[in-house]
Amino acid sequence: MNYISIKNNQTILLTDIPESNYESFYDMNLELVEGHMERHCVNYFGYKTGNNVKLICCIADDLTHEILISTCLVHKAHALESFSAKLLCFEKFEREIHENFGIDFTDHPWLKPVRYAFNRDDRSQTMDNYPFYSIDSEELHEVGVGPIHAGIIEPGHFRFICNGEQILHLEIQLGYQHRGIEQLFLEKKKLLQRATLAEDIAGDTVVGHSTCFAHAWESLCGFEASSDIQFARTLALELERMAVHLSDLSGACTDIAYQLGNSVFGRLRTPIINFLQEWAGNRLAKGLIRPGRNQFPFTPVLAERLKQVLDIFEPDFNEMVEKLFKLPSALSRFERTGVVSNADALSIGAVGMAARMTNLNRDIRASHPYGLYPELNHSPILKRHGDVYSRIQIRKEEVLQSMKYIRRLLEEVPAQPTKEERLNSPAPNSFCLSLVEGWRGEICHCALTGEEGELMLYKIKDPSFHNWLALALSVRNNEISDFPICNKSFNLSYSGHDL
Amino acid sequence: MFDNIKIVFHQGKQFIPNVQTAVVPGIFRGRPIISLEKVNEDELMAICPTEAITGNPVAIHLGKCTFCGECARCYPEKITFTKDYKLASNDPERLIIREGENKAVEVNPETVRKEIHRVLGRSLKLRQISAGGDNSCEMELNATNNVQFDMSRFGIDFVASPRHADGIVITGPISKNMAEAVQICYDATPDPKIIVLVGTDAISGGMFAGSPAIDRSFLDKYPIDLYIPGNPAHPLTIVNGLLDLTRKLK
Repeated sequence: MNYISIKNNQTILLTDIPESNYESFYDMNLELVEGHMERHCVNYFGYKTGNNVKLICCIADDLTHEILISTCLVHKAHALESFSAKLLCFEKFEREIHENFGIDFTDHPWLKPVRYAFNRDDRSQTMDNYPFYSIDSEELHEVGVGPIHAGIIEPGHFRFICNGEQILHLEIQLGYQHRGIEQLFLEKKKLLQRATLAEDIAGDTVVGHSTCFAHAWESLCGFEASSDIQFARTLALELERMAVHLSDLSGACTDIAYQLGNSVFGRLRTPIINFLQEWAGNRLAKGLIRPGRNQFPFTPVLAERLKQVLDIFEPDFNEMVEKLFKLPSALSRFERTGVVSNADALSIGAVGMAARMTNLNRDIRASHPYGLYPELNHSPILKRHGDVYSRIQIRKEEVLQSMKYIRRLLEEVPAQPTKEERLNSPAPNSFCLSLVEGWRGEICHCALTGEEGELMLYKIKDPSFHNWLALALSVRNNEISDFPICNKSFNLSYSGHDL
Repeated sequence: MFDNIKIVFHQGKQFIPNVQTAVVPGIFRGRPIISLEKVNEDELMAICPTEAITGNPVAIHLGKCTFCGECARCYPEKITFTKDYKLASNDPERLIIREGENKAVEVNPETVRKEIHRVLGRSLKLRQISAGGDNSCEMELNATNNVQFDMSRFGIDFVASPRHADGIVITGPISKNMAEAVQICYDATPDPKIIVLVGTDAISGGMFAGSPAIDRSFLDKYPIDLYIPGNPAHPLTIVNGLLDLTRKLK
């Protein structure tokens, strides 16, 4: 086979990635994914080399814990056969390649813009003329929502086609949050600037994205993170997961007008993020993760403090979830609302919670572990029904699981090494891929370096990139009044998608 | 019923009685103090990811600062971040902290538009617009109305429609793709209206300043009534800033 197998966070020479022509590249990757539940595409992107575009496809294999990388060179003038016609999970990757480089795909179901990037190929496509799907009918009506929503959330436009109160179809237009972040990664040369950018990819996944960047950068520089650094990152990832899940549980209660749950879960988040502030000076952990060093050493005093916080937190949390999960009026809104089937989740390539809610086992912590996860021996929480209830249940159980992991981590706080390792400069002509399981799901960063070791391409993929389509599918045949609870139960990122 | 009462009872007292004097836990990075210690200014300035530090005299622009704390880490004798969360002002000049100074950042009552006190002093309804914001300032704005910070006790609320609002709150550097929506929302808000910028990204563009994907021309057209620095702005910074703007009398 014409690919190279690498591990998570492994750096290889660009020339080590076997190149084939598009036809065999296409056949091979299709064969790798089709009918193999354990494999899915974690990133597929292009970059310009002269007049050509080089495509790199990264398929993760969860059983062998390897990532299969292959590449091919194509030219804008030649239209390509699309993966999406056979495997829908490539749908958005190919749309992105089309948007950025103008490469046509002959049999793609919908080559619509992804995020209206400032450096897109076709500038005549603008936010105002997005080609929405529509149905010509006297009985149906369309509802447009956004970009500015009723609450304090990020912008995006939702276009519903409804039959009375029932949603037949939802199409989501994104791109409002595009800030050109991938380009800025190349232009900002200081490491601190890049680490700050990584924190700004999605402000609700600060630890997830900045850890992913740190892993990629350290791998490029051949740096081996000491156990105290790994400890800090693993701990911060689980704290972030707890905090956001709590705010989502609170949000879910808001959307079913359950005031008590909203207030209690909302206030339970505060001690967790305040602990992040006690540790690192920022409630959302901005400034905590830095490549090559332990910015805020975790002291035994902090460990005692965190144990205290969790001991006070736990009974209050348990009391509230017990009430919520027994409340008939809440359950009737959660159960069988916003269902995505296992087959659909698989076909669109859902990741993270959006996959696990349908019994699709995708969790980087278990399949491509990093940090201290191998020692924690993580086993993902799976649900079967794919409805709002499953998503809420996963949040509840993951809060408890994270708490368990944090307590286990606190049993043994690693000491600070006496001398700090130096971070070298990145290896030239290299490729590195880093996967991290953020609270939403898998985050994938890919970095390419040039002759001098300078960053040539930094490619970011937030789990929302896959999962927005899952939200669109979930609301079909639901009442439009259930849209808020469906949306909140996914809680996808706009800025992580739009970059 | 009894379960509910029990749960409410178990929460204890959550609200912060006095948002102006509350002490934040831990090592919060708030208003910096710059000492008169001599350091290599060029090296100090080179550390900052957003060029928020300028030399001669050494000063930090809070509207550009990402509060990463790197400068204080490298020059602890020169720069320290205090736990003072009151960082908001209507005057961009007051956002600049100079060496040797240790005074609170406040709204300048002389330059507050006079209709703000009269019309909005007791009730302020705001429409929030995220324009390229990364959802961190948005989360903290949401937190201002949770049971702890409870900003609505002061009559300050966020509303769903610009038609119901007395002003707009912008987060994010204002992406090109969002510029038109910001304008439409502002136009839809009835007079008199205020503009509040929350977070480093909104005030100066932050890490995104100069990116070809953002368009900040909207901000050149209208007076800005309040700058609330932070990355993200702390809920107490937000609450105190808004109170300072609308309640402080000359």
